[in-house]
Amino acid sequence: MARRNPSTAAVAARSPLTVALQTGRRLAARVPLHLALIGLMVLWSIPTIALLVSSFREATAIASSGWWNAIKEPLDITVDNYQRVLEKQGMARAFFNSIIITVPSTVLVILVAAWAAYAFAWMKFPARNLLFLLMVALLVVPVQMTLIPVLRLYTNLTIDAELPILGGRIFGTSSFVGMWVAHTAYGLPFAIYLLRNFFGSLPRDLFESAYLDGASDLGVFFRIVLPLSMPAISALAIFQFLWVWNDLLVALILLGDPDLAPMTLKISNLVSSFGTNYQVLTSAAFISMALPLVIFFALQRYFVQGILAGAVKG
Amino acid sequence: MATVTYDHVTKRFDTVVAVNDFNLEIPDKEFLVLVGPSGCGKSTALRLLAGLEEITEGKVYIGDRLVNNVAAKDRDIAMVFQSYALYPHMSVYDNMAFGLTLRKMPREDIRQRVDEAAQILGIEELLKRKPRQLSGGQRQRVALGRAIVRDPAVFLLDEPLSNLDAKLRVQTRAELSKLHQRLGTTFIYVTHDQVEAMTMATRIAVMKDGVLQQVGTPQELYDRPGNVFVAGFIGSPAMNFFQATLKGEGEETHLDMEGFRVPVPASRVSDLFSYRGKEVIFGIRPENICDPECQPAGTNAAPVTAMVDVTEVMGSEVFLHLVADGKPFLARVDPRTSARPGQEIRVEFDMARMYVFDAETEQAVSRGEKR
Repeated sequence: MARRNPSTAAVAARSPLTVALQTGRRLAARVPLHLALIGLMVLWSIPTIALLVSSFREATAIASSGWWNAIKEPLDITVDNYQRVLEKQGMARAFFNSIIITVPSTVLVILVAAWAAYAFAWMKFPARNLLFLLMVALLVVPVQMTLIPVLRLYTNLTIDAELPILGGRIFGTSSFVGMWVAHTAYGLPFAIYLLRNFFGSLPRDLFESAYLDGASDLGVFFRIVLPLSMPAISALAIFQFLWVWNDLLVALILLGDPDLAPMTLKISNLVSSFGTNYQVLTSAAFISMALPLVIFFALQRYFVQGILAGAVKG
Repeated sequence: MATVTYDHVTKRFDTVVAVNDFNLEIPDKEFLVLVGPSGCGKSTALRLLAGLEEITEGKVYIGDRLVNNVAAKDRDIAMVFQSYALYPHMSVYDNMAFGLTLRKMPREDIRQRVDEAAQILGIEELLKRKPRQLSGGQRQRVALGRAIVRDPAVFLLDEPLSNLDAKLRVQTRAELSKLHQRLGTTFIYVTHDQVEAMTMATRIAVMKDGVLQQVGTPQELYDRPGNVFVAGFIGSPAMNFFQATLKGEGEETHLDMEGFRVPVPASRVSDLFSYRGKEVIFGIRPENICDPECQPAGTNAAPVTAMVDVTEVMGSEVFLHLVADGKPFLARVDPRTSARPGQEIRVEFDMARMYVFDAETEQAVSRGEKR
């Protein structure tokens, strides 16, 4: 009878163990990374959570103990702060104003920038690169420098008319349209830059193939470019939305009418008048955070979606 | 169904001439392969026909229609790109239907056409998938399918097999030939691979530096290349070339390679009459150099002694890298050969299959008979 080869047996016995060890080592190598990530996440979330919890506490409770005490039994929470801030301080109207300013400013930027970026990336016209360069150069102009010229321009261009909801003006200072135009203009250089680079990286063959299939420039734009650019466009939408939503400076300069003030302006006024009892501020701040969070969670899946995979041989 | 005519077509990009005075008539139902090294203008020639590039000079006709100023989408052509260019956000079905939808074809007709094309290509079960869920070969089929459903007058294919692995490429080659027969449409196919050109083409057009070198059936180009470039490009492994001087008279006529000489067969002497005493380029294909031990070269055999540098065993044959008097050349011999690296052996050139080219113009002076 042939003897069993001892070394083969040893190898057979060892291999599952080796595999297990390797997997273990791989996992162990990841532990520090995961710990660091979790640590960062907690660190970044605590202020937000503290704000949220505080906004539901009584004024006296906030003044006397730390926010984490709210979680003990029995739960001492209240919605008084929200009620007060929304009803008495006009925060509801400010929230509404913020939306009226932000949504069109975001949509306009995307619409205009997408058209411009498509032209810059794929259409041939004279001085294309020079124009694009000028556009990019605008990125370095600080907003502060433009405020006074824009304000003077707006004062000269003021058009008055009684409008429902939108206030007493069509254009100029203290008008929503004026805010839309200003925010769109401020947002365009970056938006065009971002989208042009994204459009430019789409494979040329796709466009040519679509032309041969009978698509016009419009058709290519709507049927090929836009669907493929959802990651870039949603990224842009989130950026632009947050910028406009969180903007205080432009609103402060261009919006004189307190009825039209967005939340940033309102909260900053609250700080000066309610600086000491900040339970009102916590709820106001949280209201202003709520919508950006919703927007972010709604669009974030486009960020990670590798929609281009499979376009060309990969 | 249509003929395609290039009439003195030139394309310049700034100062670079990509296609230079290109003349070619492609009859209906032909499978024409445009072949040449990269940068020779073959793809540009195809794109001029597709309408993706503007023609600088000359005229292009599809059928009887001058298409210089006709938009790409109205030229009744379909193109398959090297990258396939599938729309990544659309399903296979929508990819194939895209062109028909834009042309406002009724939904039912579109379905019928797509199903038919899918059946021809064997991709019925893939119609609901997205391009990223397909393998390279499947994507290539979808790209073909997208062209088929359009039922175009001319099919343009720009290196459609380059992204496939070697085995799939061989298989797809045969399928493309079959597809051409089945559809009975004019195919214009661009490739840098002369094997693809030889295996599929009805006729081959060889290009170099924007200039059309020669047009003919694969066998014609192999047997009777018009110049040194075509001779070297068609056939694998490539033809051997030697700088030579034509010496002697009558039956004594021979090619002198400074070191060894080979006699010119009597039937070819008249071709070379005016080259006596002059420099020429002598060409012979590796398959026309034999190892006399296993396969003699026939009545016009010219013995040459050479050192074996490297041997490459292919199984069905052996490639011998040989050196005779400092001049390297390649022989394709019977696998039974006893030649080993470092040995000196005697091989035979089959002079009936020799080629002679003008040393300056590189045009063919003497080449084989028409088969």
